[in-house]
Amino acid sequence: MFGRYGAGVAAIVVLALPAVAEEPVTTFNLDNGLQVVVIEDHRAPVVVQMVWYRVGAADEPPGSSGIAHFLEHLMFKGTEKVAPNAFSGIVEAQGGDDNAFTSWDYTAYFQRISADRLELVMEMEADRMRNLRLTEEDVTTERQVILEERAQRTDSNPDALLSEQMRAAQFQNSPYGIPVIGWRHEIEELSREDALSYYERFYAPNNATLIIAGDVDPDDVKALAEKYYGALAPSDGIVPRMRPQEPPQLSERRLALADERVSEPYVMRTYLAQERDPGDQKRAAALTVLADLLGGNGQTSVLARALQFDRQVAVYASAFYDGSSIDDGTFGIAVVPAPGVSLETIESDLDAVLETFLAEGPDPAALERIRTQVRAGEIYARDSVENLAQRYGQGLSIGLTVADIEGWDEALSAVTEADVMEAARLVLDRRNAVTGWLTRPAVEEGAKE
Amino acid sequence: MIRALFATVLFLAAPAWAEIEIKEVTSPGGITAWLVEDHNIPFAALEIQFKGGTSLEAPDKRGVVNLMTATLEEGAGALDSKGFAEARDALAANFSFDSGTDSVGVSAKFLTENRDQAIGLLREALVNPRFDQDAVDRVREQVLSNLRSNEKDPGTIASEKFDALAFGDHPYGSSGDGTIQTVTALTRDDVVAAHKAALARDRVFVAASGDITPEELGVLLDRLLGDLPATGAPLPGAAPWLLPPGVTVVDFPTPQSTVFFGQKGIPRDDPDFFPAFILNEVVGGGRFTARLMTEVREKRGLTYGIGTYIVNMDQADMILGQFSASNDKVAEAIEVVRSEWGRIVSEGVAADELEATKTYLTGSFPLRFDGNGPIASILVGMQMDGMPLDYITTRNAKIEAVTMDDIRRVAARLFRPEALQFVVVGQPEGM
Repeated sequence: MFGRYGAGVAAIVVLALPAVAEEPVTTFNLDNGLQVVVIEDHRAPVVVQMVWYRVGAADEPPGSSGIAHFLEHLMFKGTEKVAPNAFSGIVEAQGGDDNAFTSWDYTAYFQRISADRLELVMEMEADRMRNLRLTEEDVTTERQVILEERAQRTDSNPDALLSEQMRAAQFQNSPYGIPVIGWRHEIEELSREDALSYYERFYAPNNATLIIAGDVDPDDVKALAEKYYGALAPSDGIVPRMRPQEPPQLSERRLALADERVSEPYVMRTYLAQERDPGDQKRAAALTVLADLLGGNGQTSVLARALQFDRQVAVYASAFYDGSSIDDGTFGIAVVPAPGVSLETIESDLDAVLETFLAEGPDPAALERIRTQVRAGEIYARDSVENLAQRYGQGLSIGLTVADIEGWDEALSAVTEADVMEAARLVLDRRNAVTGWLTRPAVEEGAKE
Repeated sequence: MIRALFATVLFLAAPAWAEIEIKEVTSPGGITAWLVEDHNIPFAALEIQFKGGTSLEAPDKRGVVNLMTATLEEGAGALDSKGFAEARDALAANFSFDSGTDSVGVSAKFLTENRDQAIGLLREALVNPRFDQDAVDRVREQVLSNLRSNEKDPGTIASEKFDALAFGDHPYGSSGDGTIQTVTALTRDDVVAAHKAALARDRVFVAASGDITPEELGVLLDRLLGDLPATGAPLPGAAPWLLPPGVTVVDFPTPQSTVFFGQKGIPRDDPDFFPAFILNEVVGGGRFTARLMTEVREKRGLTYGIGTYIVNMDQADMILGQFSASNDKVAEAIEVVRSEWGRIVSEGVAADELEATKTYLTGSFPLRFDGNGPIASILVGMQMDGMPLDYITTRNAKIEAVTMDDIRRVAARLFRPEALQFVVVGQPEGM
């Protein structure tokens, strides 16, 4: 997830959970198509506004990678009402914070501010949904900023470079193989016209979800939403997001990235994996539980027990899965070998552990502990209204319904041992997989057994 | 040292708002804690800090407090590593243990429905950890792996170089994670000794927030901490300030340079602290409209982000900043920073800029109290900094009371362009 600056909003944890029956949630639509969700939390006089556009890096025109994220930066440049670069300053002068982030499936903007300033930020956010002004100079300078962002977060980081290469190999047809930040040579060519044509087509009330969360009254929010967002014209360029799909993947892919900035070589593997679908989250729930069983805990997970405890061949092992996407995503595993253990050896050890797991299944007590944590996760989740806003915004932006979002914890709790094993047998198929080795340059590599 | 930096920043940028009612709770056994009661959600967050941290270590035992802290959750009492993790997860409790330059921290979240069991388990980890040899060895390998990664991480290289320049042989001058040599040589006995030295009742600060009453918290405190030793190791002595001005380049093969910069700061209890706090926000605060963000990023596109921080450690005060810029642009970016450091002294702050900054600092106040965990963390930080119980209700008034005269005077006192040190890790051009 790339953002305007900083870490963006809360990362999605592997076992990250559920919704929220205890929090009053109100939803409605405006006549122009804007979807609105109000989440009440009256513990503190604070409000979060988020606008989620149902468009992201996977919706970019070919050859213009990075335009979704570039536009996200340019959205702070100004409108007829808001002077150039003044947006954040106005929010800050009212004691608020604001930022934005872009992913493959969505682009989101948010402010956190005292609840009595909600009207101001709603007016400003609605204004820039249709009235952005951009100069050539804005575009030229901000392009330098995103090139520096790419240099800082990707080009200076061998881990990020390996992930980027692995995604490019994983997705043979889906635009998920293209990095959100964009390929450098294409970022360098992005123009004001590219940004504006993308903006005019996709930034509109009928392609957005507005989330207002915190110390608010739903009726007040409805009146304000009508007043500021209600007059905005919808776009006629919004069509269902039918993107190129993956063909059957018939052949395992392998790659090695050597970089002198690497200190700890490791093996990472990603498998093509089904995502959460509207009305059907069962497989995704099973994969979520599978990731937790295999690699979610440093002391008790299957990979940690086998590779760090029973034998000391690894210093770290984890598994990860996030089903929150529109199209098929990935299920991943990473293992850092102990000193003196080669990548070849640790990879074959890993495969042996997975084979044993497929034969023997999980410890039923481990599954029970996960259910307990899912249930507790619902309680802990209520402590952060911002994370709840994130959960609804993300879910609705990938096509899930409110019922799907609120039913996710139940789907997780309902996962049986048989569900986990069926999901494991389907996903842990190396024909669907990319295996990446991150290594130091040749001299030091290999010959370490 | 980076951990200490963020801990302090969190506190300063933070807290306080009149609707938060803090109670001081003293346990029957005499342990005090601060509490914000909130019974809306059936769980509570607990924050514990033991003063001292990695600065308690002898030079040849560098890294022992970090290794000890990371091994606390690897078995306690009758439970081995796996048994402890299973018990914790079956209760759905969350525990985390963290070693910092000035303290060892413990964070816990637990459900009301099984609070007694969760606290019993956490008590075993704090009072009765096993430090089994195989657990110590396994965690040591993870620490060594991190240390090897740090050797190739430009941000870590830069901050460690900066600390070494500023503090020399004092514990602040080297990483509390230790070196490959010292960590390799640590024994189980060293770890046991570090536990006794670092976790003691004479240096503990506690805060809680959530679904728990003062009476319940009092009982909990004695049960959790009452059996720890009364006293621990002597706290470290004053740190020297050795930072030379200038630019230090550390060659590293990467297209973008990472820069750490800074100078001497101002103590937390100095009468000029609040003007200094506002000045730092104007120059290098986290806002997009801070001067460095405007000049280095928005106007010139030289970086993705830049910020400065007032850092208050137990034995040292600094203003630190950091950014990354491509090798061909980093020299220009450094010149812009120097120039802004001079401009705040020569031009000060405009009246409307001061007002906007005050509104931001006072208005963003309540945003920091977003949940039981953050509240407990803020409360424990206040205690460690020696703040009074009513700090939260008086903090905004102290910011509002700062005048243009204060700003002029403190800018001249604090900002020293000629004293700035820039550590540059990369292959900068023209430097």
